[in-house]
Order: sequence, then structure tokens, then C-alpha cells
Amino acid sequence: MAAVTESGTVPRKATRPTSGDRKRVRKYTADQVPIGSLLLRMLTGLVVFVVFLLPYLIMFFGSVKTKSEIRSVDPTYFPTEWHWENYATMWSTPETPLLQNLISTLVISLCATLLVLAVALPAAYYTARFRFRGRLVFLFLVIVTQMVQPAVLTSGLFRQFIAVGILDTWAAMILVNAAFNLSFATWIMHSFFAAIPKEVDEAAQIDGAGTFTVLTKINLPLVWPGIVTAVVFTFVASWNEFAASLVLLTTAGNQPLSVALTKFVGQYETSWHYVFGVSVVAIVPVVILFMAIEKRLVGGLVAGSVK
Amino acid sequence: VKDLLKALPWIGPAVALIAAVVLFPVGLMFWNSTRDISQSGVDDGGVGLANFATVVGFQYFWPILGRTVVWVTVVVGLTLIGSLALAALLNKAFPGRRLVRMAVIVPWASSVVMTTLVVHYGLEPYFGIINSFLVDVGLIDTPEGYGWTRHAGTAFAWAMAVAVFVSLPFTTYTILAGLQTVPGETVEAARIDGAGGLRTYFSVVLPQLRGAVSVAVLINIINVFNSLPILRVMTGSIPGYDADTVMTMIFKYLQNQRQIDLASALSVIAFLVVIAIVAIYVRVVRPLEEV
Repeated sequence: MAAVTESGTVPRKATRPTSGDRKRVRKYTADQVPIGSLLLRMLTGLVVFVVFLLPYLIMFFGSVKTKSEIRSVDPTYFPTEWHWENYATMWSTPETPLLQNLISTLVISLCATLLVLAVALPAAYYTARFRFRGRLVFLFLVIVTQMVQPAVLTSGLFRQFIAVGILDTWAAMILVNAAFNLSFATWIMHSFFAAIPKEVDEAAQIDGAGTFTVLTKINLPLVWPGIVTAVVFTFVASWNEFAASLVLLTTAGNQPLSVALTKFVGQYETSWHYVFGVSVVAIVPVVILFMAIEKRLVGGLVAGSVK
Repeated sequence: VKDLLKALPWIGPAVALIAAVVLFPVGLMFWNSTRDISQSGVDDGGVGLANFATVVGFQYFWPILGRTVVWVTVVVGLTLIGSLALAALLNKAFPGRRLVRMAVIVPWASSVVMTTLVVHYGLEPYFGIINSFLVDVGLIDTPEGYGWTRHAGTAFAWAMAVAVFVSLPFTTYTILAGLQTVPGETVEAARIDGAGGLRTYFSVVLPQLRGAVSVAVLINIINVFNSLPILRVMTGSIPGYDADTVMTMIFKYLQNQRQIDLASALSVIAFLVVIAIVAIYVRVVRPLEEV
């Protein structure tokens, strides 16, 4: 169990095993594993596959049913008719302005991600490259904030944002999402910067490049995977944030989809087919983003201590 | 001090953001917990620890605290057991493994609210699809089914199931990362010594997963303790306080009763619990070693 920033080596470690793994695996399957246990693994794998996708399949099939079908006694597992037009009509439902909710989710997540990048990238670079007084204090602060979640601070944030006059604005949630994802982003990028040998920087400096040029021209291309990971994590976390948005955004139109959709629950006649249509639209893009960084999902804090 | 000034342009914005949106609200929350704040938000002066007395004196406080402990231990415990098994499977070679790994990611990326909503719908009497499945396989005799989401106890149990489901991906991936650091030779050696599969796992592999498991457990404890959306969707429409945890109670004070002072007092208690967990985390994992 080693330290986080020894995770200098972690990003590489985290990406490598899968490819190396696969090579070893192929040999394994051909030579050693008895066909029986291989079949057993496949069967268990299939069960796991189905179980993990099940809620989302129910969601998808439900999203193309009619309201009467999804609310019928003795419900159908598969839609009898496929009503794709639900995906067009669902945006004008009386419960909540879903289109505005989608825009809010998008604006808040994008801005929070940009803010995190702007703030965390320089901090990650500097703390990985230079030693200075207060560096450990700063890193400790970052680690502690990773452990604190907005839910527990909402009552404080609520009063604070009233005082500042940004309660119920996008800015409030952009700040909250940025602040609470800052630590993860800083850690993961810090570990990537730390993995680049100092000599690379020094060589560039001898050639007359300044600190800023070294960062942008020499380091950025090398830490690119770390940046992508930080961006995806921040974006997805902001996209799905619920607790703080629930309290800090009071106008229906300002709320993100996660909050808006809870309004359907307990209605006399819930339009479940619309809830699921919107959910599918909200889930597919972030799942694709997460799959794109599958090999680096375990990053930052965790990877460091897993080693 | 001079080099700190030099560092300021680089780390300053991060410090400012943390100070303004994390540290300051913490302080404000502690302050508010000792004030008398009216429902319209007017501060009517200090009341010492009276808010804490009210919160703790609330007749459902101890049941809620007990339920929170059950919520955290059961969810984290089942998640750990499930993840160890899942990770062991996904670490083995078999055709289609990549697809299974991808499927396991899906609940991690998806909004917890939306995942819970599907389950909530599925449990509805008459038209819920999970309910109707249970009727079809003969576990329930009436098509009306059991009012899973109408009773505090069953709704809470289903909420725990959902919480385990959405916690599995992160935990599984963390343990998978740990498994990849277990040297193959140690496993081979145990095999040669005649240890069976299970025995090898428990006496050779599992001890080497200590680091991965302790991190996963601690992060899960914090996440599960702080979790609001699952219970909010599953049990939020049930009257009374028989399915509440500390976290949902904070939001009831905050939203339903508009009592910021009481919400702050309970938040302070929750915050101190989280800080205690973090302190244990820092001791166990020593994240700052060799930075």
C-alpha cells in the first residue's frame, strides 16, 4: 500500500494491465483452463451482464410504451408497439419543464467541468513539479475535501448563497460541482504530472522555454489521458448531482434532470414512459463517456493506495 | 514564504474555491447551528446548544441514528462481499469478459435517481414490472402484489438493495485494480503446494487485497452515509419517520419544515461523523506518505 503520489507510476500501471492481461489470457484459455470451468465463467458472466443491464432495459422498453400500456394491470415485459414518438412528445409534460431541465443540466455540468480544469490543472502541475512551503498543507486540504460531499454542507451553502444573492442560479451549482470535484481532478492530474521525468522539463528549460511554455508545449500532451479522466469524472458527477441541487435550485426551470424527475413520483397518474424516455436520454451519453475511460476509472486516490 | 508567493498564482484559485465553497459553509453551518433562525430566514440570536438538544431530543432521533448504522453496515457489507465475488470473476479469462466489464460500469455512470426510479416503478402495485414478475413466478399470490413502496420497512429494504447495486461497480473496479497487483507466482506456488481454489483465494489472494479493500470500504462508508437520492425516491412519500436516516432527516428539516437551525445542528453531527471516518482513513491509508 503506497502513497498516492507515488502513483507517479499509477497511470501507466492502470492502463497497462489490460493489454498485457489480454495477451496472457489468450494463452491461458487455449492451454490450461478446462472447457467446463470456462463455460461456467461464461454463464456467470452472462448472468452478471443481464443483472447489471436489467434496470436500464426496463427503462428503455418502458420509454417506448404508451401510457396505457405502461400503467396496465398485468404489465407487458416488452412493448407491444414501439412508440418512438414518445421521445418527441415527452418534453412537453405538465410536471416539469423537461427541456429547460436538460439545458440546465448541460450548462451546469459543462461550466463546472471547465472551471475545474482551469483551477485544478495549474495546481496539479505546480504541486507535482515544485516543492514549496505549504505544499503538504494544500495537498492535505485537497484530500479532505474529496471526502466531504455537498449533501452534508447543504444547509451551510443554502444560507451562504442567500447572503451572496446567487441562490437558485446556475452559478451556485457550477461553483458547488466545481469545488467538490476539484480534489479528484487535482489528484489524478497530479499523478500524471509526477510520472513525467523532471529531465524532460529541464531539457526544455535549457533550450530557453519558460515555466508556462514547458507546461503547455511539453507536459500537456503527456498528461492528456489524466486530463480526459478528470474531465469525464467531473462532467458525469455534475451531470448526476442531486442533493445540493435539490435545495439550492428552487425554480423548476433551473433544476437539473435528476431533481426534476423525482417530481413524477407520487403523482396520481405518473407518466412513467416519459420518465424513462428522459432517463435514457440522460444516461446514454454519460455511460459512453465512462466506457471511454474504462481503463482509468480507478484513479487518483484509490489507485495510489491500491498498489 | 517567498516560494509560497511564487506558488500562489498556480494554487491560489484552487485554494480560493475550496475556501469559499467548502470551508466557509462548514463554518457558517457550525455558526447557524447555535442560532435561532426563523422559517423566513431571520436570525433571532444565539441559543447555545439548544438546537442540538432539540435534534437529539426528537422522539425519532435514536431510531433514525440506529437505522443509519444499519443502512451503512448492511449496504457496505453486502457491497464488499458482492464486489469480491464479481472482481474474482472479472479477473478470470473468458470470452465476452470485456462486455461484462462494460455492463458493470453502467450503474456507476448512470444517475442514481434514475436507477432508483425504475425500481420504484417496478415495485408499484398492479402495474409494476418487478411486482408482476414476482407474481408470475409465484412468489406473490395477488396481482395487486405487496405494497413494497407503501410500507416503510420494505421500502427501506429495497432502498438498501438499490444502494448495493449502485455501489458495486466502483468497489468491484477498485478490487480488480488490487487483484492485478497480486503476483501470479504466489498463486502458482499455493497451487503447487496443493491448495484448492478457495483455499488459495482466502489465504493467499485476499490478504494481498487489504489495501484495495480498506480504501473501497472507507470511501463506500462515506458515500453510503451521505446518500440521499435512493431513500428520497424510495421512501420519501411515506409519511412519518420510520424509513429515515440522518441524511434524509437533514433534508426534511431543511425542506419540509424550513428549520435551517435544526438542519444545521444535525448536519454538524453528520459532518463530525464524516470527519471521524476521514481521520481513520488518513491513518489507515496514509495518503500523504511520500508525496
